[in-house]
Amino acid sequence: MADSKAPAARPLSPHLQIYRWTWTMAMSIFHRVTGAALFFGTLLLAWWLIAAASGPKAYASFEWFMSTIIGRLMLFGYTWALIHHMLGGIRHLIWDTLHGFGPQERERLAQATLFGSIILTILLWGVGYLMMGGTR
Amino acid sequence: MTTAGGLPPRYRTALRQVRGLGSARSGTDHFWRQRLTAVANVPLVIAFVLIVVLLMGRNHAAAVQIIGSPVVAIILLLFVASVTYHMRLGMQVIIEDYVHQDLPKLVLLIANTFFTAAVAFGCGYAILKLSFGV
Repeated sequence: MADSKAPAARPLSPHLQIYRWTWTMAMSIFHRVTGAALFFGTLLLAWWLIAAASGPKAYASFEWFMSTIIGRLMLFGYTWALIHHMLGGIRHLIWDTLHGFGPQERERLAQATLFGSIILTILLWGVGYLMMGGTR
Repeated sequence: MTTAGGLPPRYRTALRQVRGLGSARSGTDHFWRQRLTAVANVPLVIAFVLIVVLLMGRNHAAAVQIIGSPVVAIILLLFVASVTYHMRLGMQVIIEDYVHQDLPKLVLLIANTFFTAAVAFGCGYAILKLSFGV
């Protein structure tokens, strides 16, 4: 009866490596990943506010970290994740009203979240640098 | 097979139907709170981003003055409250999707609440301290 325990060669349910990538699927994954990243990214927000409340020295060390390449990349990534997750969330709110489910519409909405988030992030950083009077 | 009340097990009582809480006993509560905070987050995130851009390149004294001013402080408090509640709900879904063993799931769900509460109270305390200047 030993062979009774051998797994039968039944078809397994397909997963990510089987499916053809689609815009809606990719943006669904992006939405979850950016959400998880923002979860931990709130540590930056907490550091910023607590440093400001602690005094000039603590604030200076926060500003120093944010001026490093790693700090800038984290801040840039946080900005993009925040905007992407917000646009993705708006897309979900549109879907909640039972609109935007058509084959064309849902593709366009998914593309809009990605390109919209990239464009808005770059615009925002451009404005930010102008406010600071160029790179420091 | 009957339940304690002598009814067949699949019979949904009128009270169950009215409560509409389903098998998880929580109904649409999680979904609703997630959407409610999502709607709140949209204007709050936009306001938060504008505040951060306004503060870029300013020194500590100027940052303290702006963050501690009533309108900015209230917006930031609302932002922190809505965002931390929203991210607790979201991370709960991620944990429940990928962690299936009881003990690790329980530990992570507790850690999720502790982390979000720490962020919320930490940020909230800092904003209040900047506002009242103590």
